[in-house]
Amino acid sequence: MTARLHRTVVDRREVMVGASFAAIAALLYPLPAFAQEAQSPTMPEALEAAIGDAKPIEGKVKIDLPEVAENGNTVPFSISVEDDGAANKVKAVHVFATKNPNPNVASFYFSPRSGKAQVSSRMRLGTTQEVLAVAELTDGSFYMGKQIVKVTIGGCGG
Amino acid sequence: MASKPRIKIPSSAKVGEVIEVKTLITHKMETGFRKDAKSGKFVPRDIITSFVAKFNGEEVFRTTLHPAVSANPYISFFMTVPGAGEFEFIWTDEKGETWSVKEQLAVS
Repeated sequence: MTARLHRTVVDRREVMVGASFAAIAALLYPLPAFAQEAQSPTMPEALEAAIGDAKPIEGKVKIDLPEVAENGNTVPFSISVEDDGAANKVKAVHVFATKNPNPNVASFYFSPRSGKAQVSSRMRLGTTQEVLAVAELTDGSFYMGKQIVKVTIGGCGG
Repeated sequence: MASKPRIKIPSSAKVGEVIEVKTLITHKMETGFRKDAKSGKFVPRDIITSFVAKFNGEEVFRTTLHPAVSANPYISFFMTVPGAGEFEFIWTDEKGETWSVKEQLAVS
């Protein structure tokens, strides 16, 4: 009986300590930063928003990215999806920078007129991280490729 | 504010050829994660969010851009040439402001 009472007291205390920590932590975070981060999706959220609950298979998606990016503000990249050269089979490619404050980079949408499922652009990388590209094919299948990029000077906020 | 859209396509192409279309537009792509050096406050986000390429009125390629696209967005893609015609490229920012440019494609 004494043992049971003791456990209840400890639990309540733990809750109180936890709650005060949370309250203090919330006060310590500067509001604008908190607001900005709160608006950005997490990596799992961003992926879900792009492809739902699909589980991409690794393959077919080739990412061309430097191994080391000297300037994180502008990192050139190319993505090409090998699909028997039939570009009309690739519907979209979604690109993510898994450790950026907002992990979404871009989504590229192809058409039967596309010729090649290949795009080039430039991205900002805040820190060394893995870049992920997920391809959605017109038959409903998903493929992915990924590559780690080492970033010497981050490009998200200086 | 965007300016100076620039397009690079071959001077002429053959029907059925797959050509590369290179596009560039001047735009800060302010991420919203950058702090102003003087005020210490976050500079509000201001980015182009959409890029659409049409050929003879038909959409051939589209991009959704997020803050991680570098300033002065460069986007290149490919198209199978159906014949001679006119490209139209349209960039749209978060506020709905648009910039567009047209480019003729000759066929040899």
